[in-house]
Amino acid sequence: MGRQVLALIQKELLAILRDARSRMVLIGPPLIQLMVFGYAASFDLNHVPVAIYDQDASRASAELVHRFTGSPTVTVEAMLHSGRRIDRLIDSRRVKLVLVIDRRFSRNLLTGRPARVQLIVDGRNSNTALVTEGYANTILGDFSAAWASAHGGPAPAAVLDLRTRYNPSLASRWFIVPGIVALLTQVVTLLVVALSVAREREMGTFDQLLVTPLRQIDILLGKGIPGVLIGVLEATAIILAAVFWFHVPLRGGLAPLYAGLMLFVIAVTGVGLAISALSATQQQALLGAFLFMVPSIILSGFATPIANMPAAVQWLTYVNPMRYFLIIVRGVFLQGAGFGELAPQFWPMAAIGLVTLAAAGWLFRKRVV
Amino acid sequence: MPAAADRGPALRLEGVRRAFRAGGRVVTALDGIDAVAARGDVIGLIGPDGAGKTTLMRLIAGLLRLDAGRIEVLGIEVARDPLAVQARLGYMPQRFGLYEDLSVGENLDLYADLQDVPRASRPDRYAQLLTMTGLGPFRSRIAGQLSGGMKQKLGLACTLIRPPEVLLLDEPTVGVDPVSRRELWQIIGHLTRDNGTTVLFSTAYLDEAERCDTVLLIHEGRLLGHGSPGAFTAEMAGRSYFATAAIGRRLLQARLAAAPGVIDAVIQAGHVRVVAESTAPLDAATLVAGAPDLRLAPTAPRFEDAFVARLRPASAGRRAAAQAASPAPTSASPPAPAGGAVIEVTHLTRRFGAFTAVKDVNFAVAGGEIFGLLGANGAGKSTTFRMLCGLLPPSSGGLRVAGFDLRTAAAPARGRIGYMAQKFSLYADLSVRHNLRFFSSVYGLAGAAQRRRIEWAVAEFELASMLDATARDLPLGFKQRLALACALMHEPRILFLDEPTSGVDPLARREFWRRINGLAAAGVTVLVTTHFMEEAEYCDRLAIMAQGEILVEGTPDAIKRAAVRADRPDPTMEDAFIAVVEAATAAAAAGAAA
Amino acid sequence: MKPAPSRVLALMRKEFLQIGRDPSALAIAFVMPMILLLLFGYGVSLDARNVRLAIVVERPDALTAEFTAEFDHSAYFRARRFLDIQQAERAMATDKVDGIIWLRADFTRRFDAGAGAPIGVIINGVDANTARIVEGYVQQVWAGWLAARAHAAGRGPQPSLAVTAEVRFNRSVSSRNFLIPGLIAMIMTLTGALLTALVIAREWERGTMEALMVTRVRIREILLAKLVPYFVLGMGGMAMSVALAVYLFGVPLRGGIAVLAATSALFMLAALGMGLLISGVARNQFVAGQIAIIATFLPAFLLSGFVFDIESMPAVVRLITHVVAARYFVAILQSLFLAGDIWPVILPNAAALALMAAIFLGLARATARKRLD
Repeated sequence: MGRQVLALIQKELLAILRDARSRMVLIGPPLIQLMVFGYAASFDLNHVPVAIYDQDASRASAELVHRFTGSPTVTVEAMLHSGRRIDRLIDSRRVKLVLVIDRRFSRNLLTGRPARVQLIVDGRNSNTALVTEGYANTILGDFSAAWASAHGGPAPAAVLDLRTRYNPSLASRWFIVPGIVALLTQVVTLLVVALSVAREREMGTFDQLLVTPLRQIDILLGKGIPGVLIGVLEATAIILAAVFWFHVPLRGGLAPLYAGLMLFVIAVTGVGLAISALSATQQQALLGAFLFMVPSIILSGFATPIANMPAAVQWLTYVNPMRYFLIIVRGVFLQGAGFGELAPQFWPMAAIGLVTLAAAGWLFRKRVV
Repeated sequence: MPAAADRGPALRLEGVRRAFRAGGRVVTALDGIDAVAARGDVIGLIGPDGAGKTTLMRLIAGLLRLDAGRIEVLGIEVARDPLAVQARLGYMPQRFGLYEDLSVGENLDLYADLQDVPRASRPDRYAQLLTMTGLGPFRSRIAGQLSGGMKQKLGLACTLIRPPEVLLLDEPTVGVDPVSRRELWQIIGHLTRDNGTTVLFSTAYLDEAERCDTVLLIHEGRLLGHGSPGAFTAEMAGRSYFATAAIGRRLLQARLAAAPGVIDAVIQAGHVRVVAESTAPLDAATLVAGAPDLRLAPTAPRFEDAFVARLRPASAGRRAAAQAASPAPTSASPPAPAGGAVIEVTHLTRRFGAFTAVKDVNFAVAGGEIFGLLGANGAGKSTTFRMLCGLLPPSSGGLRVAGFDLRTAAAPARGRIGYMAQKFSLYADLSVRHNLRFFSSVYGLAGAAQRRRIEWAVAEFELASMLDATARDLPLGFKQRLALACALMHEPRILFLDEPTSGVDPLARREFWRRINGLAAAGVTVLVTTHFMEEAEYCDRLAIMAQGEILVEGTPDAIKRAAVRADRPDPTMEDAFIAVVEAATAAAAAGAAA
Repeated sequence: MKPAPSRVLALMRKEFLQIGRDPSALAIAFVMPMILLLLFGYGVSLDARNVRLAIVVERPDALTAEFTAEFDHSAYFRARRFLDIQQAERAMATDKVDGIIWLRADFTRRFDAGAGAPIGVIINGVDANTARIVEGYVQQVWAGWLAARAHAAGRGPQPSLAVTAEVRFNRSVSSRNFLIPGLIAMIMTLTGALLTALVIAREWERGTMEALMVTRVRIREILLAKLVPYFVLGMGGMAMSVALAVYLFGVPLRGGIAVLAATSALFMLAALGMGLLISGVARNQFVAGQIAIIATFLPAFLLSGFVFDIESMPAVVRLITHVVAARYFVAILQSLFLAGDIWPVILPNAAALALMAAIFLGLARATARKRLD
């Protein structure tokens, strides 16, 4: 340890920063992904195109139509005068939803009978369909309540008192952007570490290292620490962007965030070193990194909830370090979580880190001796 | 078919210029090449790595655009009608252009189709080519599983499938064993004699020049000379000698190289070959201090003498400086007496699955000795070498380096060895200074000691001018010097050199060996692998390896003596090598038959 | 001069032989699609099912039991009881529950008084999308319960709306039905662009391209001989993916097979054109792989409407999506699988694909040179 490892770390960082290709990996994809995910990846729907077929054409139905045209969440693309165009509009994806107001709408309303309306939704994008339907239901509910109070009907005996914690405006970006901290930190750390040994193997310098008096553990440290440093640096840059560019609130303390980050980066470095030890060329290392990365991102809860996955797949997510760090980073950002709440997320990452680093050390020995 | 009217020479180059952009800089690969070559000749395109040989080949084949000048092949201007030229020439690129996952037969079929060889004439043509190349029994073997020499012949067969009028061969002999090399030359002779094919042959081996009808000697993109090899050597007549003296051969060589009026001194055929500055006779009595019995016997000049003579004036200044800066060889004591083995190898075997790469290898190297492992690619010398450095565990057998058993005490042994890998394995993204600093730190040097050692390396290896350059951008010779400097940071007692001079120009090679000799003289034990037969002469002892086994071990002179025959009274190292390998093959065949 | 069929055939035969012997090509064409389909089919779901719900009832009685039973019986929720709101809030803070239903001590009294008894609903908004869907579910449960009670009590129906919703094409609103057709477009991008770019880069790396170029073969013959085998391979991967989607995941295929084949062929050509273009620039596999992933796969993933609705992107990003070929194919696939042969969707998108295929292939042909520089 000591000076020799320090020299190795210094060399490693220099090599990464001086090589145009490595610099690209550090700067290019993160920037692109931050922008794309920050702006393009959103489940929020605004101005959903809808059409209305008002068969009643009464004052009451006009009031309902007015509520739709006045809503910021939907845009009324067409007012239909017959049912024939409904299919064509939905089929050709011109509108996502058609509201059909029944012929006896106002008569039923005034006589206290249920006034029928129909929602026809395009289900091709299931998520959009659910959200759109929710929007329409909210507008219809508001209309119904307003009508009741205006016409002296009895108010419902129970009302929902709906509150949303942590993200009151339900902005997808608040969910996605902290997730990018985890995603990009993993991508960059994994690539840097996984490629580092493979690159030396390809260039023949790894043999040169192995004939020096450096011990196995020195090489492991010398290769691992630069990865950890770069991962933490990268995460810091994205955290800054999240706070100052995307204005995501950072409600918790930096201490739990960085403690989680360190554990996460160490676990990822362990995985990267293990991949590195197994591959002879950069190509193989890259492939190995992707083979780990794609499932690890999909099964992390980054975009879709783990709770929706089948039980067997959910078990699989327990060995995925990103799963834990995502909870930490979102917890600290949005929920203001501290060490107490996050404790169950810390120790699994520490365990994964220990196992992967030990495996990497063992694999080095296997490949190398 | 060639038009009856077309005349003109096989090849005409006029002011050929070509530059490349590399990392923002413009590198001139070829600068004003003029030459004419007659039909039916074997034209040698000769020069060290990076001279521009491949670029010229590609320009002739119409694969690159000219910046300036004009190239005509068989009277057709390449730039105007590349397809017409390509229809009449054959081109074998480096690494032979084979589909390695296709079989021998499938490769032939593919190229026959691409060259529009009529189906009816194929069986005859295939039979002819397979007989010529000796690939007949291997028709269904996957090309990737052939040996280097067989790949080379298959590549050649594919380019010859429709007999070309002009054949371009780009470094066909790199990495190929001497036996295959000799067979290739036989095929070329056959082609020019029987078919009148013009062959353009590029190589970095200077000794191959003598087999050509015409030689284009290029160096750093410029044409240094153009003519028959005889013309090159003729101008050297009366300037070459063999020197002998009672002092050690390497010491004599070192002193002669520094002597006034001598432009070249190398060890060859058991003597020191000396090339004089001019035809004025050298005075043997006063030429070298400490060797009053020096005798100089005139000998026939060879092509390499001419090459060195042409290059030396340009680099004379640098050489002088080098001699002044280096205290090592001239003042050193003669090699340390063999005081016990420093490297001991007993029954060393290494298997990869069912394949035995190294088979029961035994040898011992004494302190201060230069020991060579000689063999073609795939002979097992690299595997042996990697086991010696502790990079690969042996399957069985014993290894002691500097008194340590490598199985139990690898780390202390590693502190005593310096290692220079093939291809100069430096950190390409780091500067020269960073590389030196890194390797010295890793070997535990620090503070003033580290600074002093780096200063020593910069002075000794003349690195000052490039200290902040990135290692990747260094010229090849520079890389080699830096790699050696890095391997010597901790003053190792044992030096492992894996193919240290492949691709380097002859001058850099001489300089390199001067340093190695100096180190050996100072008591450093050197183990070197090489496929350059002539370099074997620098070794005190050497072992020839083939198919994982040591075929013969001994001093260079003893090995050559064993190859003496009535028709070959003074065999070269290459003759000796071929004789040894053929004898082993014959013995194996006899064993198989019995 | 017309391409000589014998040379093209010879090159194609060589290509097929290589594909057969090189496991990595088959891996990209068949194994990777399989893994991606399985991962997405099983691992990715945007549906909010099994929402973990905390229920806090401060004074349990028959009414509250009736209300909370609605959540126990719903397929969308997994309800757990908590004793007080503090405990429930803590569970939410440690990410053990996604939402809380909170009935205060005075709930039944205020309900009976008809005074709009408040039902506290607290939803974890961190995952905004799930939160929105959970909100909708809770609203449905609440409205259904109220209507059922009113009906049971025999009280005159309140002046309310009777909403019937009809979800076309995907009645169960399953995200798998929506994601898997889009995923097929990703897979074809991989085989088309990535595989082609890698294979040609490998020929450069190994020096065989150089050897090809000095034979009598013409550049368009080389391109054609690359195009056909990888077209076949890509369509094979496509067929396998469709079969998996239909038979393993039960995604309906309502459109015609012929239309699917024809539009896939158009997209495949566009993807191959991109692959050929990339290989003209990138001469080693590392660079080719990186460009292919950054320039074709990532945009296809993010900007095609495969997961994220194009219409919810900012205008600038929406503009960019028009040059992403996958966008048109994803639209076609989602309609073909779930809706059927909807010509107003298929025709304009197929025309766009044809145009892009023509542009990419034309560019690839125009920039290809039988030279190394």
